Amino acid sequence: MKTDEVRIEAKVENLPAVIAFATETLTGRCPPRSRMHVELVTEEIFVNIASYAYPETGGFVTIRRSGGEGPEGLTLTFIDGGVPYDPLQKPDPDLTLPLEERPIGGLGVFLVKELVDEVRYENKDGKNILTVRTIIGNDEE
Amino acid sequence: MDIKKEKNGTTLTMALSGRLDTVAAADFEKELNASLDGVESLIFDCADLTYVASSGLRAFLMVQKRMNKQGKMVMRHVQDAVMEVLTMTGFDDLLQIEK
Repeated sequence: MKTDEVRIEAKVENLPAVIAFATETLTGRCPPRSRMHVELVTEEIFVNIASYAYPETGGFVTIRRSGGEGPEGLTLTFIDGGVPYDPLQKPDPDLTLPLEERPIGGLGVFLVKELVDEVRYENKDGKNILTVRTIIGNDEE
Repeated sequence: MDIKKEKNGTTLTMALSGRLDTVAAADFEKELNASLDGVESLIFDCADLTYVASSGLRAFLMVQKRMNKQGKMVMRHVQDAVMEVLTMTGFDDLLQIEK
């Protein structure tokens, strides 16, 4: 399967470019709901990296993309060389807490886990590598 | 995201259109902080809001907490795509939503 790659500075203002790259292989036949899920997953992962991976120095993210609407799904891999961080270790937020006790934050990773078909993290050669796979159009409840 | 404000006495209506992503959420929070003094009824018209990320949810959570102290807040005409994210995160129980 063809893999494309982009390397981009981990800054929130690069979000539109990152979303454009992540969704590039999706066609007009892609259900809008599936496209929205891919955009949301991409945003939550990229913004997390942009906000926390490089607290002082700034740095880059490499994003790899393969597949699309086919049966193999769309696979996106986010690689950064920042602070080692496994977002999947974070406990899910308690969605039953009343408003006043709801913590601000913690929802992004939860949304990623809910919206993809497969997610895995590894730390290799000092890099955070987060891979998500989504089967397009397979998100009906 | 575009925000159109309309104030009528102590009622403020904000019509939100476009995408409430992380970039937009920062501006949205600033706009809210500057607009809510003396507001007792806050209405978000979400008819043209097509997308919300967790940063946008955070903004809604903050403004709901504030409005609980000074009045009420309601979201109207919420689209399916936005509603799905609100439901998935349990925000449909925290916020007053009219579809």
